[in-house]
Amino acid sequence: MTQSLATVSYLGATILFILCLGGLSNPETSRRGNLYGIVGMTIAVLATVFGPQVTAGGLPYIIGAMVVGAAIGLYAARIVKMTQMPELVALMHSLVGLAAMLVGYANFIDPAVSVGLTPAEKAIHEIEMYLGVLIGAVTFSGSVVAFGKLSGRITGKPVLLPGRHWLNLAGLLVVIWFGYRFVNAHGVSEAMLPMIVMSIVALAFGVHMVMAIGGADMPVVVSMLNSYSGWAAAATGFMLSNDLLIVVGALVGSSGAILSYIMCAAMNRNFISVIAGGFGTEGGTPAAAGGAQPAGEVNPIAAAETAELLRESKSVIIVPGYGMAVAQAQHTVCEITKTLRERGVSVRFGIHPVAGRMPGHMNVLLAEAKVPYDIVFEMDELNEDFPATDVAMVIGANDIVNPAAQEDPTSPIAGMPVLEVWKAKTSIVMKRSMASGYAGVDNPLFYKDNNRMLFGDAKKMLDEVLAALKA
Amino acid sequence: MALLIGVPREVFPGEKRVATVPDVVEKLIKLGFRVAIESGAGDQANFPDDAYRTAGAEIVANASELWSKADVVFKVRPPTPAEVTMLREGATLIGFVWPAQNPELMQQLAARKATVLAIDSLPRQLSRAQKMDALTSMAGVSGYRAVIEAANAFGRPFNGSVTAAGKIPPAKVFIAGAGVAGLAAIGTAANLGAIVRANDTRAEVADQVKSLGGEFVKVDYEEEGSGGGGYAKVMSEGFQQAQREMYAKQAREVDIVITTALIPGKPAPRLITAEMVRSMKPGSVIVDMAAEQGGNCELTEPGAAVVKHGVTIVGYTDLASRLARQSSTLYSNNLLRLSEELCKTKDGVLDVNMEDDAIRGLTVIKDGGVTWPPPPLKVATAPTAAAKPAAPPPKAAHGHGKPSGAMPAAKAAWMFGAGALLFLLIGTYAPASFLGHFTVFVLACFVGYMVVWNVTPALHTPLMSVTNAVSSIIAIGALVQIAPDLSKISTDLTRPGEWIRWLSVVAIALATINMFGGFAVTRRMLDMFRK
Repeated sequence: MTQSLATVSYLGATILFILCLGGLSNPETSRRGNLYGIVGMTIAVLATVFGPQVTAGGLPYIIGAMVVGAAIGLYAARIVKMTQMPELVALMHSLVGLAAMLVGYANFIDPAVSVGLTPAEKAIHEIEMYLGVLIGAVTFSGSVVAFGKLSGRITGKPVLLPGRHWLNLAGLLVVIWFGYRFVNAHGVSEAMLPMIVMSIVALAFGVHMVMAIGGADMPVVVSMLNSYSGWAAAATGFMLSNDLLIVVGALVGSSGAILSYIMCAAMNRNFISVIAGGFGTEGGTPAAAGGAQPAGEVNPIAAAETAELLRESKSVIIVPGYGMAVAQAQHTVCEITKTLRERGVSVRFGIHPVAGRMPGHMNVLLAEAKVPYDIVFEMDELNEDFPATDVAMVIGANDIVNPAAQEDPTSPIAGMPVLEVWKAKTSIVMKRSMASGYAGVDNPLFYKDNNRMLFGDAKKMLDEVLAALKA
Repeated sequence: MALLIGVPREVFPGEKRVATVPDVVEKLIKLGFRVAIESGAGDQANFPDDAYRTAGAEIVANASELWSKADVVFKVRPPTPAEVTMLREGATLIGFVWPAQNPELMQQLAARKATVLAIDSLPRQLSRAQKMDALTSMAGVSGYRAVIEAANAFGRPFNGSVTAAGKIPPAKVFIAGAGVAGLAAIGTAANLGAIVRANDTRAEVADQVKSLGGEFVKVDYEEEGSGGGGYAKVMSEGFQQAQREMYAKQAREVDIVITTALIPGKPAPRLITAEMVRSMKPGSVIVDMAAEQGGNCELTEPGAAVVKHGVTIVGYTDLASRLARQSSTLYSNNLLRLSEELCKTKDGVLDVNMEDDAIRGLTVIKDGGVTWPPPPLKVATAPTAAAKPAAPPPKAAHGHGKPSGAMPAAKAAWMFGAGALLFLLIGTYAPASFLGHFTVFVLACFVGYMVVWNVTPALHTPLMSVTNAVSSIIAIGALVQIAPDLSKISTDLTRPGEWIRWLSVVAIALATINMFGGFAVTRRMLDMFRK
């Protein structure tokens, strides 16, 4: 295969990747979009393997590596549960990060790549290499920690070192200083020390950054790491002068960046404050002192009464949160939905953008439980409908339905868009206990007159509700 | 052949209503029917025979003649046994029947091979049935009249005022049951100036009570009492206990109690005990609108107003009939709407379509066969449910659609300035080979920006996993290093070939996990998104 043929193959693959992302604008076209992605990837890999840059001697290694990788990947994709999706995605990000690091190192120790470059080109190439490894390392270690947090292997609470912002700054300065030495080094052996020091600092930075971020900010972190894995690919593309890598890296990078932005907007916080971490500890204290503690009594309700209430209502909105994922209650929720819909009750789902642990987490869980996606709505689509709703059922969510965000300007979550469930005729909150949400803010919703609390494990209580409904 | 609708004079003592008024006669004739009225049928409701004659009805001198020639009989009260024997065999009867309370009547009617449509058996939960709902229209009139009867028996005005001769305290009225009759009573009493309180086991009516100027009194016990079809259901023992306490408290405080509590097919619940009556102030009034079903008050004597323990207890069972002209007009309009449903072809022939939910519910006897009770409605609330998810408001783009929205001019100027500076620096110092890639990079960022904003939020997770799969394109970086063509490069370089190869092999394996795993899991997820 000639160079030109390989180039046009890359172009074709690029177009297919763009179509792949474009297809996701609608569930109808999304399956085809995924197919475009697969075809694009196949073309790109084949064009490279049979292209001018790979000689026949490499084929056994390539085939061996790919067979192993494919087997592991397909196996993982088959066994993963939908509730574990955030962990899987985080883990996969770490793989991209690690791969980017390795590619960077391989490129770094190869003296052949810089033969025949002008000094300026050589400097740029070295910067590209340095950045590629840097981003790869941050993505790798950050994703591994995120995976640990999401799967519960590491505490979900923010872990804060004293003076952590200074630590980060010091790390940055070290990286810049060694970057300068790296570019000015003569030969691989002299540049090796700066490269290794930078890698260690970058890995430590990734760990430190994600450790400081709490569980409910995970949607931002996961999408941010998604973005980083893209930038890592783009940096590698620059390093190797490969346009396909640059384009795909930029697509993935901007996609992750937009998702991070959407998640931040949904929490009414800016990106820097989320990444700086520590929400719910420092931010929570003054609010607890200053904000008015909602006083009053909560009205508990039993599963049978909940069923009664649901049966008598005409329209119901269900607001799921991370608690539903934890309790694996999505199938029961779907059964309840089906039963109610058969009785002519209009049932809809209201999804807050940051419900769950990654963007769109709730949608995937509901889809898995076979809830038709045309009754699953975004917050903005149905927030105005709550006053006309008989029952709003909140399953394992707290901060995203907290009226304090609108009513109490001193609340740490003030200004965050929330689902206005308290405007429904009756709201039912399913919760294990009266513990406050992730943001450490007490929820005045629980004390409202039209609110009922259904205490207990979401799955168990919903099973009881379902049994009562069917009786 | 156009059917003849016969309207006899009501024979129940004290019943003043008539099943059809002259205005409706005209409309029935337009539907193709012929109409015969028994002489004097409308007299008590101030509709003289002449008015009917002018409207086009035939006036028949006596009841037996009318019953024997009518194909369809419109009645208000359930027919007496004597009337049933006059009914022509195979004829149709429309009116109040109360099949649950009158089993003998049902047998007699069935024996006449009649078709009977009981207006009281209408499935009220069908929104389409509202125009035929005589229970509602009669209850509204009765509720009004109940307040008037109470005012009549009460020794004070309803509205409070301060006069030169002393202060008149406003009357306090408590209304038990906020159904149609209860709500009408609340509105009437509030308009007269009384302080109105009301209670109902169905918590959802609280807003309606408030909207009419009443105050909703809650029972201090959690239980929802809506029994479907606009009725309340029988409540639990604990609730009833709490409710009794609340009633006892209200009885001590208020001047007038109006009770409207009915449960379909059951005797009226006893809400007001003799004890509570004794606790009321002398001169107080109780109007028991459920007197006909046994009464909500223990001391009620149906059909009469009695004074017991100094409290006037009004148990009239003919409240609607006491406003005969209006209630006759409303009732006959209900029957007209029903006739329209039964005669969609407007040719004066009845079609009792048992496939129609409303008609099926009404029809208690069909051609002599008892069809009561009807099967439960399959789609009880379907019309309301279908109306609810009205199309969501159209959105500008089907994605998130928020990227535009002009940023403040100053901020935009800063950003363009910074961008220009950056580009200037790059243009000055970067070599040409870099600029080519840089162009591609910047454009790709923009394409990504545009494409990703269009992704629907529901698919954000698949988006992440697919971009994740796509980013395994990094494998290409490893592929090109695994075994490059070294012939073009001078061989005096010492190249750590093995190291590079194995680093690349590991990188390829890692990226391939991602590649296959990512696409496979995305496909698995997307397959779940079904309508």
